[in-house]
Amino acid sequence: MVEKKEVFVQGNIACAEGALYAGCSFFAGYPITPSTEVAEHMSEELPKRGGAFIQMEDEIASSIAIQGAAWAGKKVMTVTSGPGLSLMMEHVGLAAFTETPCVFVDVQRGGPSTGLPTLPGQADMMQVKWGSHGDYEPIALAPNSPQECFDLMIKAFNLAEIYRVPVFFMMDEVVGHMTERVQIPPAEEIQVVERRWSSKPPGQYRPYEVGEDLVPDMVKAGDGYRIHITGLTHDERGYPAMNPTAHDRLVRRIHEKIRRHADALVDIREDGIEGAEVAVVSFGITSRVAAAAVELARQRGLKVGHLRLIITWPFPGRRIAEVARHVKGIVVPELNMGQVVLEVERAVAGRVPVHSVPHAGGTVHEPEVILEKILEAAR
Amino acid sequence: MPKTEIRVGGLGGQGVILCGHIIGKAAAIYDNKHATLIQSFGPEARGSACSAQVSLADEPIGYPYVKRPDVLIVMSPDAYSQFAPTLKPGGILLYESELVSLDEKLPEGVTAYGIPATRLAEELGRRLVLNIVMVGFFVGTTALVSAEAAERAVVHSVPKGTEQLNQRAFRKGLEFGLNLTGQGNGGPRHDA
Repeated sequence: MVEKKEVFVQGNIACAEGALYAGCSFFAGYPITPSTEVAEHMSEELPKRGGAFIQMEDEIASSIAIQGAAWAGKKVMTVTSGPGLSLMMEHVGLAAFTETPCVFVDVQRGGPSTGLPTLPGQADMMQVKWGSHGDYEPIALAPNSPQECFDLMIKAFNLAEIYRVPVFFMMDEVVGHMTERVQIPPAEEIQVVERRWSSKPPGQYRPYEVGEDLVPDMVKAGDGYRIHITGLTHDERGYPAMNPTAHDRLVRRIHEKIRRHADALVDIREDGIEGAEVAVVSFGITSRVAAAAVELARQRGLKVGHLRLIITWPFPGRRIAEVARHVKGIVVPELNMGQVVLEVERAVAGRVPVHSVPHAGGTVHEPEVILEKILEAAR
Repeated sequence: MPKTEIRVGGLGGQGVILCGHIIGKAAAIYDNKHATLIQSFGPEARGSACSAQVSLADEPIGYPYVKRPDVLIVMSPDAYSQFAPTLKPGGILLYESELVSLDEKLPEGVTAYGIPATRLAEELGRRLVLNIVMVGFFVGTTALVSAEAAERAVVHSVPKGTEQLNQRAFRKGLEFGLNLTGQGNGGPRHDA
């Protein structure tokens, strides 16, 4: 048995290690601050393990190369930051429509445009939710420490395989460059989900035929199947079917396969919600600052609960609505001008006031600023 | 141990980040405490201002940045001018005494310990190990991490083949610090 390993590494390295433990064997990317260490580490480690690392000419090419490799049977990822993510957006839609399992890591920096290359932001949250044209349901996770960069990266890969969607791993510059202890469990204790391979022989296999869970099984190039994969609206055989009926069936299904499993996709770390007067909803690096603010409020005798969203998309609206029934107000700090707060407001539907605590990025909030909003919400 | 904040400042190429990394690693891996290291650097690498922020605590660390350090380690005059005013009153300044001279920027009640780390490193044979001399000095003066943990962290963080040199550098700084604070074999400080 391999012994448990403890290392002192930055989030970017922990993220890359998580990907390797999850079984990633193909990486394509184009380096960009503050995410470069992820690519660097993959370039060192993948070839040693029989995997492939390609530095592509740009992010557009990277985002399509990983999808080719996924259909060749590999677990795949790319990494970037805001400017690169914008370039990848077209192919995010392709991954969603062709149901190609892949992981996009976004180490967020201040934006828009070139913005603040070496400083943090959380302003790509809505971009990953809605950024590619057309309708689809992506999954996104937000780690707040190097340990979570490792643990949740494995989860990100697993979710990509289970639901066959593009999964976004929403880091930020602070989490990426922050160094802390990371415990790596023995490999056999790590739960890794393998691809949903079809057991049907060539001739009988239909690429987009689904069972009850609405997720189709896959085959890979080289195994003797003749299949067609297209970004056009397609039927169960994978062939273009450009009519409203086929389109309705397909678009509805790629939403339903996530929405039907919404409860399984809730991952919230809750602290002191029972009996709380005020709830704070946060994610990623901001959750650590929010936790400090919650502690300050508790020292003043306030009952404050904290919901830390691990999975931000699909948004856990039902749980937020439940919490809204028992509190006076909800406070949502984030390193953007108010993005995830829009989903909180939608879920709360006017039951109680929702207090946004926006921040343009470049650093994290002062805990005192969040504290002030908590006090306001409690009044 | 309550949360203790440390800032290491100097120039790119002096090993500032590694100095912070080793302190954090000693605490987090070998002393079984919690440590968070944040590094910041200018757009250029060598020769530009560079600093590491390390928080140490018994409990997990929330807010990641260091704003008012309890301990400031400086290896360049610029780092001193920039960060000395941020030291907590009653905090500790550790400085490279042949590169940095103290002035009125130092907040009240700060205890300052100097060490000619570059010269000591040169005497050991390589100027490069000045950052490891500083790690030893930090441990000798503050005892915030154990000497055993720090030495293990040094050995496991430096390039292969340089372990012994770095170990000597660490011990040199440690001894200098212990002597300065009256805990070393060199005799108590108040006797000096």
